[in-house]
Amino acid sequence: MKQSDFLKIVFPFKNKVFRFAKRLLVSTEEAEDATQELFLKLWKNKEKIADYKNIEAFAMTMTKNYCYDRLKSKQASNLTLIHSNYQEKETSLDKKIEYQDSVNQVHRLIQKLPEQQKIIIQLRDIEQYDYDEISKIVDMQPTAVRVALSRARKTIRQELTKTHNYGVS
Amino acid sequence: MELANIEKLVEKYLNAETSLQEEATLKNYFIEGTIAPHLQEYESLFCYFSNTKEEIFTKNIQLETEKPRGKKLKWLSVAASLAVLVSVFFGSQEYEKYQQKKTFAQVSYALNMLSLNLKKGERVIAKVQTYENRINTILE
Repeated sequence: MKQSDFLKIVFPFKNKVFRFAKRLLVSTEEAEDATQELFLKLWKNKEKIADYKNIEAFAMTMTKNYCYDRLKSKQASNLTLIHSNYQEKETSLDKKIEYQDSVNQVHRLIQKLPEQQKIIIQLRDIEQYDYDEISKIVDMQPTAVRVALSRARKTIRQELTKTHNYGVS
Repeated sequence: MELANIEKLVEKYLNAETSLQEEATLKNYFIEGTIAPHLQEYESLFCYFSNTKEEIFTKNIQLETEKPRGKKLKWLSVAASLAVLVSVFFGSQEYEKYQQKKTFAQVSYALNMLSLNLKKGERVIAKVQTYENRINTILE
């Protein structure tokens, strides 16, 4: 396999890998490093890639495992993640700051979810994977994925309703 | 899209029973349409989802970071060994010069001392000579 062929295969999902890594590792730099590292790993295993039917799902699983490893080694070395880059990509300027706040609030709510629910929300609601793919990536039964997803969505809804009703942010 | 339908979809969405198409419908409703007041809290949620999807990986994927580093290291080691060789060469030359200067200084110091002492001896001998001369004249 040539480099250009490889890049053609991985190009469509590089952004998904990056966003997934960022969801777990929080910082943009970390996520960029992780993405780079991951594609290097994939490239080194390029012989095996041909055997996988769903390279994208495989790459996402690798991303998940890689990020878990990173997080673990962070904890081991007593480094804490700094939640400094909350600021998501800016939306068009005419949208209000207030609105930006509530969108950031969603970000915080998702970050507060348990790891597994966070991953599933990311894969389903942002990347729009179907349940079969998600269950492959996270190595869970599809029904378990649905249960976790429903739980995550309800938790977020509950928090949003709370702030919506009381105007607390 | 009718409101009743949207409400139903929201309910299904929360129970994770919606299909991807239905979720797309919901997303469209909350991003584009005018939202019913009692559903407004979902607006930020769906906006967040579609916003987040716009974030992209801007760097280039580099597949061969190992090789250039190896090459660089090679050249670096060549340069370093060259530098060591050159400095040893010039260093030894410098050292020899220094050594020569040192021996020259020592030798000239020693010769100086020798000539000084010889002069002293000469003077003394000259004195002795005059004494002898005197004694000789007296004796005669």
